[in-house]
Amino acid sequence: MSVEFDRKVHDTLADANLQLAIYSSTGRLKRGRSASVADAEMPDYQELRTQAHAIKKHAIDNLDYYLEEFERNVTARGGKVVYCKDATEVADFVLGLAKQRGARLIVKSKSMTTEEVDLNERLHHHGLESVETDLGEYILQLAHEKPYHIVLPALHKTRYDVADLFTRELHVPRETVIEKQTALACSVLRDKFLAADIGISGANFLVADSGAIVVIENEGNARLTTTAPKVHIVLAGIEKVIPRARDLATFLKLLARSATGQLLSAYTSFLSGARRPGEIDGPDEFYVVLLDNGRTRLLPDREKRQTLYCIRCGACLNACPVYRKIGGYSFPWVYSGPIGAILTPQFMGVSHEPALPFASSLCGACGEVCPVKIDIPKVLLELRSDIKKAEARDGQNRLEKLAFRAFAWLMTHPRIYEMACRMAAMMAPSGNGKWISSVPPPLNLPPVRAWLSQRDLPPPPAKSFRELWRQRR
Amino acid sequence: MTRDHILHRIRTALGRSAGQAASPDVPPARLVVPEMDREARIRSFTARLEALGGKTLCAATRDEARALVAPAIEGKRAVASNAPFLAECGITSLPGVESGIADRERLRAVCAAAQVGITSADYALADTGSLVMLSSPQEARMISLLPPVHIAVAPLERMLTGLDELFTVLPRPAEQTSSMVLITGPSRTADIEQILVRGAHGPGQVIVILVG
Amino acid sequence: MGERVALFVTCLVDQLFPNVGMSMASVLERLGYKVDFPENQTCCGQPAFNSGYRGEARAVARHFIRTFAGYERIVVPSGSCTSMIVHHFADLFGKEPETLRQVHALEKRVWEFSTFLTEVARVEDVGARLAEVVTFHDGCHALRELGIRAAPRRLLARVRDLELREMRPDDECCGFGGTFAVKFAELSGAMARTKIEAILETGATTVVSLDPSCLMQIQGALARAGKAVRTMHLAEVLASH
Repeated sequence: MSVEFDRKVHDTLADANLQLAIYSSTGRLKRGRSASVADAEMPDYQELRTQAHAIKKHAIDNLDYYLEEFERNVTARGGKVVYCKDATEVADFVLGLAKQRGARLIVKSKSMTTEEVDLNERLHHHGLESVETDLGEYILQLAHEKPYHIVLPALHKTRYDVADLFTRELHVPRETVIEKQTALACSVLRDKFLAADIGISGANFLVADSGAIVVIENEGNARLTTTAPKVHIVLAGIEKVIPRARDLATFLKLLARSATGQLLSAYTSFLSGARRPGEIDGPDEFYVVLLDNGRTRLLPDREKRQTLYCIRCGACLNACPVYRKIGGYSFPWVYSGPIGAILTPQFMGVSHEPALPFASSLCGACGEVCPVKIDIPKVLLELRSDIKKAEARDGQNRLEKLAFRAFAWLMTHPRIYEMACRMAAMMAPSGNGKWISSVPPPLNLPPVRAWLSQRDLPPPPAKSFRELWRQRR
Repeated sequence: MTRDHILHRIRTALGRSAGQAASPDVPPARLVVPEMDREARIRSFTARLEALGGKTLCAATRDEARALVAPAIEGKRAVASNAPFLAECGITSLPGVESGIADRERLRAVCAAAQVGITSADYALADTGSLVMLSSPQEARMISLLPPVHIAVAPLERMLTGLDELFTVLPRPAEQTSSMVLITGPSRTADIEQILVRGAHGPGQVIVILVG
Repeated sequence: MGERVALFVTCLVDQLFPNVGMSMASVLERLGYKVDFPENQTCCGQPAFNSGYRGEARAVARHFIRTFAGYERIVVPSGSCTSMIVHHFADLFGKEPETLRQVHALEKRVWEFSTFLTEVARVEDVGARLAEVVTFHDGCHALRELGIRAAPRRLLARVRDLELREMRPDDECCGFGGTFAVKFAELSGAMARTKIEAILETGATTVVSLDPSCLMQIQGALARAGKAVRTMHLAEVLASH
């Protein structure tokens, strides 16, 4: 598979501390989710999943309709909707508005979509200060690193890493107590909130019938980002739209539980524009930037369209035995875990990292925990088939194609299959009933060597099943 | 225009045409409001909020509510919202309480300096221990956000069973307000080593006084 | 009974773990079934399907359909192979309505072994005895695609002198995943080692599963780690006395 991917996977597997951090923190979230959706706790969990899936399906199947309804309702209350096809258009809009308003300081709450478009980098390049305000994201910004996990961006950082970072970047005495580190960061960021010209947030949902966005968080930084500055810009993928405010009764019950096991996050904000006449505080201006960035590329495929139902809870990451070993940085783009494995190839094209859809044992844990019932294993299988078809067309990976052709031929010619297996068994070391840890040529083909690099092989039996069966008669 | 381009791409992908209505298969909104008597609601709310590190107190009368708030703000600077209910309880006239602010900048300065923010609440949700706060001339956003302690004083009849009931009584929040916030316990973060810290950007202490 | 059942032993059992097939036959015969072994059988095609080679998988699937055309009850000692047949054959023949019809008819006649015993034969006590402390590994296809969790445990509960200890966590992949095991060998190995940690924690001397591929992965990792814990297929346990 791809050299880059293999290297990152290898490095992560070799890092014992990282392995422990990834496995234990995802384990905690996994258990939290499990407990919160258990039968006794949430008897209607499966029903809600079915409902959530159906709502998302309907919304995506009628995406243009709901985006236009959303836009109408935002505009009716004095807000503005801006469509952007890619990162450049988003940056152009934000920079343009910032210039018009004479803005210098921007505060940001957590948003995967802003990561997609490298917003901070672009703003910084043009001389604007754009500060991440979610604690984990703030830490990463100071460290110049990308988020490791949708819900736990700084999963890979210890309190000692944070202490070093704060001392170096904030010029404060070294502090390793987590509560104090938190208080320090919040104090620095509070000044930013209160001085900022623009607040940029993401949106967990875009509510069509209300012209409203929903932002879900635990810290309070999103509330401050969307309340303190005079201008509020929302950046959201077009697929975030849901038809009605009432649908939130379904989604809100699923989202926090799926993400962390909480019943609800500390704050759920339902924001429908700038402050109304008479309202004392809140922004004066409200912009919703709707981002394509590859989403419309995905839309035509009926089987794989469900990838867009994702509500970014992170449950699939926490359930995935592969993610829990290789972590977020092994993935080539901002989305990691099972959802990243199906989303990245479809947004960026499969050649971006062709290994991704194959880096899965298809265990199905992801599909089982997805609150909106995205059949991730099915989409992975479809992508695998797409990739092999493309390879056949382009004449790539010919040897593998040949091998599977041979496999199919063998398996449709039972007598030859039997003969070939008998020959292989004769060439294999007997092992004396013990499992085998090395195999001589010509049997030591690459797949055999790969297997043996990690575990032993079974010794071939004296007789195959069909030989034994014939003997019985 | 990017807007038209994107909408066109969407329609082409979905096989839809401009101006076409949504397909009729929209799943009906699922709102299941459970039966829950007054006592059960109080018990549930109290338990849920306590599990999050918040506190619930019950006051039989408005005077009692005032009496519960007084020691909590003793010697501290407090800012109260313009909710009529707070005035009815006599809370806005407690020493150290500033209220009646309608100017955004002044409110922000007061909230930033205050140690306690006192609000009422539009609703409470029993099954999650949540407060529902709608921004209005009576309730500013910053009061429940900047000060490190948030005290909410609300009449018991505003206690709903949960989200389903909330969206049943308020199916279109955008018609009432630019901001509806569900507050479920103190602000928190576990971003460093997944160690839970209560009190991040928002209040670290939440006290709810149910009156009636 | 005297009813006929056909064995689809799977290519792995045929060539590497024949005792699993013999055990399965032995249990079924003890219950009064007449056991057939259609000689033309080879593989369900899952390796090709999972690797993205649907054309090749289709060829193997067609061969399977032909081989087992006349059989009313087909029993399989593997969750993943059963799932391939009853869930994924249909994915292969969307453009061949006639074959698809045959596939849908076939789906109703194919059973994973433990499910066959509990739901078709309607037995839980097959007269087995095995004095061992065992733990049970739920293969992912069996668990999530076929919903099998209770059946093997009910059968194990009736095995005399056997003690079953559940591992924690109880739902994590062993890391086999077909060609995944060799394409991402290091990763697969890491997953296997996490699995054997959970196994060793139970103190069991034997790991039981209804999937030979999982058992191959787990036993391979145990052997490499020099551990004495052995693996047994559920059929082998049930054939013990």
